Amino acid sequence: MEKKESSRQICGKDRIIALEGTDLDVPESKASEILKYVSQTSRMDGSSRSPATFDGAQTAWAMLSEENFLPCITTSCLDLDNILGGGMRCREVTEIGGVPGIGKTQIGIQLAVNVQIPIEYGGLGGQAIYIDTEGSFMVERVLQIAEACIEDLSEYAHLHKDAQDCKVKMHPNNILQNIFYFRVCSYTEQIALVNYLDKFVTEHKSVKIIILDSVTFHFRQEFDDMARRTRLLSEMALKFMRLSKKFGLAVVMLNQVTTKFIDGSFQLTLALGDSWSHMCTNRIILYWNNNERYAFIDKSPSLKSASASYSVTSRGIRNSSSSSKRIKMM
Amino acid sequence: MANKLINETGLPKWIANIFAARNIITAKDALSITEFELMELLDVGLAEVTSAIAHISEVVCPPCQTALYLMEHRVQHENLAGHLPTRLKGLDDALCGGIPFGALTELVGPAGIGKTQFCLKLSLLASLPPQCGGLDGRVIYIDAESKFISKRLIEIGLKSFPEIFHKKGMAQEMAGRILIFRPTSLSEFTESLHQIKLLILQQQVKLLIIDSMAALALGEESGASRQQTLGWHVSFIKSLAEFSRIPVVVTNQVRSQIGYEACLYPFQVAQSDAGKKDNAARYDSHLVAALGISWAHAVTIRLVLEAKSGQRFIKLSKSPMSPPLAFRFKINSSGIVLLDNIGMELKGPDINTIHFQGQNTLFSVEGEKLQ
Repeated sequence: MEKKESSRQICGKDRIIALEGTDLDVPESKASEILKYVSQTSRMDGSSRSPATFDGAQTAWAMLSEENFLPCITTSCLDLDNILGGGMRCREVTEIGGVPGIGKTQIGIQLAVNVQIPIEYGGLGGQAIYIDTEGSFMVERVLQIAEACIEDLSEYAHLHKDAQDCKVKMHPNNILQNIFYFRVCSYTEQIALVNYLDKFVTEHKSVKIIILDSVTFHFRQEFDDMARRTRLLSEMALKFMRLSKKFGLAVVMLNQVTTKFIDGSFQLTLALGDSWSHMCTNRIILYWNNNERYAFIDKSPSLKSASASYSVTSRGIRNSSSSSKRIKMM
Repeated sequence: MANKLINETGLPKWIANIFAARNIITAKDALSITEFELMELLDVGLAEVTSAIAHISEVVCPPCQTALYLMEHRVQHENLAGHLPTRLKGLDDALCGGIPFGALTELVGPAGIGKTQFCLKLSLLASLPPQCGGLDGRVIYIDAESKFISKRLIEIGLKSFPEIFHKKGMAQEMAGRILIFRPTSLSEFTESLHQIKLLILQQQVKLLIIDSMAALALGEESGASRQQTLGWHVSFIKSLAEFSRIPVVVTNQVRSQIGYEACLYPFQVAQSDAGKKDNAARYDSHLVAALGISWAHAVTIRLVLEAKSGQRFIKLSKSPMSPPLAFRFKINSSGIVLLDNIGMELKGPDINTIHFQGQNTLFSVEGEKLQ
């Protein structure tokens, strides 16, 4: 403990000395006052933040407490939430890929609605940004999912007999109002939008999720120079990463699939190539397993690789029917 | 917006000049290289580059709309809240009212299943006057397979909407609204697309039909270059649909599945060897949609028309607003008719496979009726 303190003081002193070295001309009494102040503030900081050796750095211990309080956005499918450790995590970039019609856009819309579940119900009460590159965003569908979500919430409120006032606040139109929709028509616009989002989110602080549906479409069409494509994609991914950390929001990127020749046969793999596969924190692959839709955690630094079934119903993403049967049987 | 000139973005003159001096003229030029490369190229500091790019980005980036605005705008300003009803009740219900405006809807199916019949009906529906539930507009019909038969169009019109088509001059009026292009190659089609764009912007075009995209694209050299040209076309057609807010219907052919076609991810192969058996089972009799997986991702709605054990089915195999459903249908003199309006929900591989069994017997019976 003592050692720690002294090291902190030196750290503070060092800074002052460095300042003195440049241009600061103060009498010694004042200097010691300043030093005292510096050491005090650093001690005060020490309770919340550990001694930073340089700006922006953080110790693993400090990160631990932060990680423990990472808010999650539920997917409305309990099995899926379970393998994801509660849902889509804020401050992380998650990539979701799968064959056409597997339900990528559905998950995207569901998340855009679910991020708005009020805090009283265990949600985030946030807003969503939906970036549509493919033109597959259907307001009719958002309305269906929003209505179902409100129904579920009022059922929950009824069971718990509290938070009656929330009922009034949650109206399908409010949910639609809180989804900011951007239609992107070229990769240039996509890059421009990512650059602009920093400003946009600063002005709309309650945005808690950004959904990019899909990251692939324009980057798949308009490039001859693949190396340049990779550079632009990785720059874009880094910007998304920065957004997610800076504003504590979840970024979900939807990706398409392509075929690749692996081990003597053609197999499915997510698009945009191998170097792209390093970009996202988590990677989830959606696939068909016989008659059921499954999600598989292909890559994640914190979650173990697992798969869970889900289904796309008229009310949105839900547990698959067979798994609910299984639970009933037990 | 991507081609906006940098010196029109309101960027400070001095840095705009540096961009111009390095031949970076449009926003696209500036955003197509990374900020680091730009720094090197322009020989200015990172802070200047970042703020310049932030400025350009803000000007170029698309406007923000709330989902609520989108919905209200559609309800207030568009016919039938942005849908072209197919008059097939079950299908319309599943699609929240019909073929959506501003999106790409694909019809896939084997030859002779009824894709063109469906397209003919749709073009009539779009040209009908509003009091009959139509869009009262022109239709552009790209007929790449030379399958558009005007006689059949009139027949469908007479049988489906007798009250209109029996009026004097109305058949001529309706048929006169349908404009047919017959490109013989993809490049010819590409050229005509630019004319079509102008037509759509100038006139009251309410529907674009491309019958079929496969016929156009498969005539090209196969491989990566085809995928790229196809990609360009998808992008162009989609943005056309989007900006003019009209429905676009594209038909696609089928091909048989070749050998061990990719349908598993590496982790699935590792998980079980049973996967291989599945593959073998799939190999025998199924058809898949042509034009590949990238195209399949690009279409917003995919309707599969198929025949199974003497019945024809129309399947909603990809749709952002409906679970996968199958409806039985038949073709008679008034076009496609659904046999029941309650769809059967599909699961698993059934959603995407295209059956074509028992078609011959069925076809001869229906064929006699037709003639």
